[in-house]
Amino acid sequence: MSKNKLDYLDDLEAEAIYILREVAGQFEKPALLFSGGKDSITLVRLAEKAFRPGKFPFPLVHIDTGHNFPETITYRDDMIKRIGEKLIVGYVQDSIDQGKVVEQKGKNASRNALQTVTLLDTIAEHKFDACIGGARRDEEKARAKERIFSVRDEFGQWDPKRQRPELWNIYNGKIHKGENVRIFPISNWTELDVWNYIRREKIALPSIYFAHEREVITRNGQLMAAAKVLNMDAEDIIERKNVRFRTVGDMTCTAAVESYAFEIDDIINEISESKISERGARLDDKVSEAAMEDRKKGGYF
Amino acid sequence: MDILKFLTAGSVDDGKSTLIGRLLYDSESILLDQLEALQSSNRKNDDGTIDLAILTDGLKAEREQGITIDVAYKYFQTEKRKFIIADTPGHIQYTRNMVTGASNADLAIILIDARKGVIEQTIRHSFLVSLLALQHVVVAVNKMDMVDYDEAVFNNIVKDYQAMAAKLKLNEVTYIPVSALKGDNIVHKSDRITWYTGKSLLDHLETVSVSVDDSTDHARMPVQWIIRPQTDELHDYRGYAGRVLSGSFKVNDRVTVLPSGFNSTISQIELFDQEPEEASAGMSVTLHLKDEIDISRGDILVNAEHHPKLSQLIEADLCWMDTKPMDTSHTYLLQHNSKTTKCRIQDILYKVNINTLEQVATESFALNDIGRIVIKTAEPLAFDLYQDNKANGGAIIIDSRTNLTVGALMFRAVAD
Repeated sequence: MSKNKLDYLDDLEAEAIYILREVAGQFEKPALLFSGGKDSITLVRLAEKAFRPGKFPFPLVHIDTGHNFPETITYRDDMIKRIGEKLIVGYVQDSIDQGKVVEQKGKNASRNALQTVTLLDTIAEHKFDACIGGARRDEEKARAKERIFSVRDEFGQWDPKRQRPELWNIYNGKIHKGENVRIFPISNWTELDVWNYIRREKIALPSIYFAHEREVITRNGQLMAAAKVLNMDAEDIIERKNVRFRTVGDMTCTAAVESYAFEIDDIINEISESKISERGARLDDKVSEAAMEDRKKGGYF
Repeated sequence: MDILKFLTAGSVDDGKSTLIGRLLYDSESILLDQLEALQSSNRKNDDGTIDLAILTDGLKAEREQGITIDVAYKYFQTEKRKFIIADTPGHIQYTRNMVTGASNADLAIILIDARKGVIEQTIRHSFLVSLLALQHVVVAVNKMDMVDYDEAVFNNIVKDYQAMAAKLKLNEVTYIPVSALKGDNIVHKSDRITWYTGKSLLDHLETVSVSVDDSTDHARMPVQWIIRPQTDELHDYRGYAGRVLSGSFKVNDRVTVLPSGFNSTISQIELFDQEPEEASAGMSVTLHLKDEIDISRGDILVNAEHHPKLSQLIEADLCWMDTKPMDTSHTYLLQHNSKTTKCRIQDILYKVNINTLEQVATESFALNDIGRIVIKTAEPLAFDLYQDNKANGGAIIIDSRTNLTVGALMFRAVAD
């Protein structure tokens, strides 16, 4: 006897749950990297499906750059209260105060590059051997070649030429002391899949994902939230616009799009018709064509 | 809507990247900023049109070398289906990448250059597709524009391929004449190939049927994790978490735990806040049993009437994937779904020359070698033969010194 394969969302969900349970089974000290974005929020939901009514076999880890949208932090704290799991926060400000990194200067200063150091320090401090992240292969060309279990050396680096082959659904999580593995349970999801899943599961999101009126300025042709951390000066003209954010990163590097998508159905329609891919709204990828690959080699998520 | 996973096999020169690029481009799966990057890039075709191959070249190193060096995954979707493409390179030194890509694919597209016909590389790719037991094969005869869309050229290639497919026991093969460069028969049916009455490539990919084994004969669920909340209200809760590999489990089904051999009955199936009556292939669930049995990660739950094989000595096809050759005196690790055990290569039966398909004697396997061996495991494995049930018939070998995945195993028989 035979029948059709599972519906695509059920299929993707089952695969992600399977991967999360492999992490639990194979590692001593895993962690889930939580950014406050929709992808890591989806991961939290998948972890609930994988481990309830038990506790998560890992804490959540958030790298707080100090440049987050306040809405993200509020969401994070409310969520932790609801799910009753442990949260560990690593502060980029601490890395700056300790002199480990130097804050960029000028108008386009961003802490995006600095958070890699804080992340690697947090991993070392807690001796995490596996870090679960919400990256997807459809986001960017360099990520298209990323494994689901991606080994990082003791310096946190990714070597695209030394990736382990991944056969069937068998994931090799064996590592040497000091190494750790980045794990991407939603590798095979697209942006649209994530949104459709959020709609199906009725998952709450930070409010900035939905259209709202906000003070914005235009920088390098992109709309940015008018916030103190952007080092605004007289040349920056503040306007009020109806906008939403397609990704949730730092205020310094996450651009808004003008939008009237107030509900999730509006967003799904907007994405289905959209001609700008998701990372197109992130300035940090625009630096060069090979930007993402260079950052990944250095230990970025 | 379901997902079709397919792999593309062919060399740089066959226009494989162009074919994928064309699929994405003509099905309007490329977004504006990617298109902008494409247009601002300085790689162009000879006639000045944009080079669609750039869409699938991921890494800097290969952009510099101008070749694809690894498996890259691409995603696109039409009204009818979601697609995951595993783009794997075609040169001989990258056999392991193709084996990797094929292990997770439902269908393979084998590219043949219309000017060259069936060549050594075609045999190699088809052998790997047959070894990994893919459900469907599409032979895309590309560069038809270079042979004036000549039907006789196409028919000769089909005839040659059919002879080989019979030898390799490839069942479902579909032949499509295409030009990835010009867009003939990729997404839209070509008006330059009027003699071809079949479907365009995309039309075929959208409609080909992909089914899963739903029989209780193959009901298999490896236990990944035991859920034990150990709270006051859930003091006795004990759930076995895993993904159903094949077949299906229903409440009240009799099951056996292997390798221990204890029997019990399924009392409940959970999927978070739902309690489905049935857990079928592909579902990640939590199973509850009526009896308290000692079960841990690495055990497998199977239908009590239809057991898999249980053995420590197994004949298997092996693809060696490490630059360091196989060492028959070394104790490796074998990972079979959630189970990991020590293992040793007990015997080498033969190696296959993948260009001629001849079996040759050998003392050891080097990178990209494929052949038949006998493996001995420290603990008994509960497995199915790969040809009967892929999901429970494959395993990997890990070198405990480097922790690298060094081999892919497809179980073929119990060796006694």
